[in-house]
Amino acid sequence: MAVAFDEMNGPGGDLRPAYRELSRWLKETPPDALEYRRQEAELLFRRIGITFAVYGDAEAQERLIPFDVIPRIMSAKEWSVLEKGLKQRVRALNMFLRDIYHGRDILRANIIPDDLIFQNPVFRPEMNGQSVPHDVYVHIAGIDIVRVDADNFIVLEDNARTPSGVSYMLENREIMMRLFPDLFARHRVAPVERYPDELLSALRSVAPLSAAAEPTVALMTPGVYNSAYYEHSFLADKLGIELVEGRDLIVKNDEVFMRTTEGLKRVDVIYRRVDDDFLDPLTFRPDSALGVPGLMSAYAAGNITLANAVGTGIADDKAIYSYMPEVVKFYLGEEPILKNVPTWRCREPKDLAYVLDNLSELVVKEVHGSGGYGMLIGPAATKATIEAFRDKLKREPEGFIAQPTLALSTCPTCTASGLAPRHVDLRPFVLTGSNHVTIVPGGLTRVALKEGSLVVNSSQGGGTKDTWILDE
Amino acid sequence: MLSRTAENLYWLARYVERAEYIARTIDATLRVTALPAAYIGKTNEWESALLTAGVSASFYEAYPEATEQNVVEYLAFSPSNPSSIKNCIEAARLNSRSVRTALTSEMWDTINSAWIELQEVWGKGTSSREELARFLRFVQETSLRFDGSAYRTMLRNDAYWFSRLGLHLERADNTARILDVKYHVLLPEEEHVGGPLDYYQWTSILRSVSALTAYHWVYRETLKPWLIADLLILNDTLPRSLASCYSNLVRNLDQIGVAYGRQGAAQRHARGVRNRLEHSHMDDIFQHGVHEFIQEFIADNARLGEIITKQYLI
Repeated sequence: MAVAFDEMNGPGGDLRPAYRELSRWLKETPPDALEYRRQEAELLFRRIGITFAVYGDAEAQERLIPFDVIPRIMSAKEWSVLEKGLKQRVRALNMFLRDIYHGRDILRANIIPDDLIFQNPVFRPEMNGQSVPHDVYVHIAGIDIVRVDADNFIVLEDNARTPSGVSYMLENREIMMRLFPDLFARHRVAPVERYPDELLSALRSVAPLSAAAEPTVALMTPGVYNSAYYEHSFLADKLGIELVEGRDLIVKNDEVFMRTTEGLKRVDVIYRRVDDDFLDPLTFRPDSALGVPGLMSAYAAGNITLANAVGTGIADDKAIYSYMPEVVKFYLGEEPILKNVPTWRCREPKDLAYVLDNLSELVVKEVHGSGGYGMLIGPAATKATIEAFRDKLKREPEGFIAQPTLALSTCPTCTASGLAPRHVDLRPFVLTGSNHVTIVPGGLTRVALKEGSLVVNSSQGGGTKDTWILDE
Repeated sequence: MLSRTAENLYWLARYVERAEYIARTIDATLRVTALPAAYIGKTNEWESALLTAGVSASFYEAYPEATEQNVVEYLAFSPSNPSSIKNCIEAARLNSRSVRTALTSEMWDTINSAWIELQEVWGKGTSSREELARFLRFVQETSLRFDGSAYRTMLRNDAYWFSRLGLHLERADNTARILDVKYHVLLPEEEHVGGPLDYYQWTSILRSVSALTAYHWVYRETLKPWLIADLLILNDTLPRSLASCYSNLVRNLDQIGVAYGRQGAAQRHARGVRNRLEHSHMDDIFQHGVHEFIQEFIADNARLGEIITKQYLI
């Protein structure tokens, strides 16, 4: 594995320009002052209640995601490349979804094999021929980006279902501004605080035709025990919309209403943070207590907009991911600005053979997994783990893809023994409304706090950082 | 607003108020039991603390006898007592989490900090009277902070009114329960009226509704049982009196009615109870039986809770 690119001290240890002020400030700031502010930040997070739940861990039902006070900094120039690439990618994702559920040109052009779509459990036949307002399927996308050198950003994963983490982007900034006003004064950091406004206007712009002039938007959560519940309540609050659960909604004559103290009130747009499977027990899982019976029929009647649309999983599926460069070219006729990680599709015998031969070098992921669960990181795994994985892979090759272990870039991070480089990724949030795609400058930087670790997921011991885009 | 949000706000306020009330009950009982037996007689004050908290029956399923240690444990920390202070604060936090969008950050901070302190400082209960006193102060201060931050930071809209409905309904219930358990020491025909025994019982009652000083300001007299009853039942100026709770309930329900442009059974029922309190005199109440009066009030109050739930919360 190549030596990782450090975003502060580039190759050869030369200080990169975006970090010039930070480096100066770090030299002036005594280490215990940093430690003190770190503790203060933790206290603030606790009091605000920014917690997440770890599934399968009864001891710590609510946990804090560790927050690293050293910001990650990017120049305006770096950001502008990323921004263009992200917009391009999300436009292609939306066009792909529209096509898959309608004309299927891309299948007829033999770019993606049919069975990868039709035999995919996240493909939703219910969406065939169903039109959605303004042809927007993915209103909110979280695209996971890693960096391998000064010039190349690579897409690790597209999240087109219910991506989370944006509350951390916003709260991290709030806390940094409170704790480090002096550091802010020395930089021109592009603000992220418009995100809630942009999100609300994107959601309102896709209201169904039958909605009133002032459409009613609500955020649907699985409830207080969901791991991202804090984010749901945070966003509903910032947007000034009701935070509803399935039991607050009722469908009558194919219209959706919420139960209020003044009787039933019509809802036009639902920003849902509930997975497809649980949306409507009449259509999907009959045992779902989180959903609303009849919601899908109101959806089919065109009386409610769901954001993101039902069936978007087919676009961020890890098997489809490997085709994204071709997808971008096919719909937009442009070269993709953001690269993909080279991916071996284990469903293809040639690729499988290669993967089986090189397991100790590769990262193998479940096609339908998320959150860092159920993956194999070859270089870090024991022999026994690798062998166990090999069996799994042979039994069900179509369930997996493999990628080389990337040398993710590093950023300076507070550790028990002072500042040290740690691997990071970035999840910017891309919003699509009726006629525009927007991104606030920044995103959620996740950092693997363990030395050498490449897993940034919060469920696996990752932390977060504030992400600064310098406005030059 | 969402019915579920209103319901959560209503219960949040009830749980916080209940936690404070239980804390006050323990506090008052500690004081009275610290007195030499000659002053308080042979009654088991811990037993009556259980009764005023309304958990006597379930207590005896878990403990053989009502000793200080058992009762404090059960009322303050027991996970199996749904009304224990610990459970009240936990339920309050759970309700707060469900309605964060309807709370101001100050209110959330109060409940969340209390919940954190409950785990970190009071996770193992208390091991001395001194610690217990600190714990009880913590609970009362939490309630004061919560109440104060609601009062000072919430918009005056239905969210505020539903939260106040919960507070006053719970408060009325609590005051009525004390009266229900202790009414016999307030009866004027008791033989030993004015003896030291009653005196400490009376101060204990007043203390548990934080009305000891108020009594002296209102009546400028030594403690008289019928005046204590008058203060707790009919005096509109005492925030924990039944009359005051109902003035507030009627007002908050009217505000909701005006905002929604519709009155209903809840408004009518609350007004009925308020009117009865307004037109009663202590003499009549004593003549017809304090016990019956209080029992009827408790039933009426519970009925109002049911009507509010049906009209707005489901």
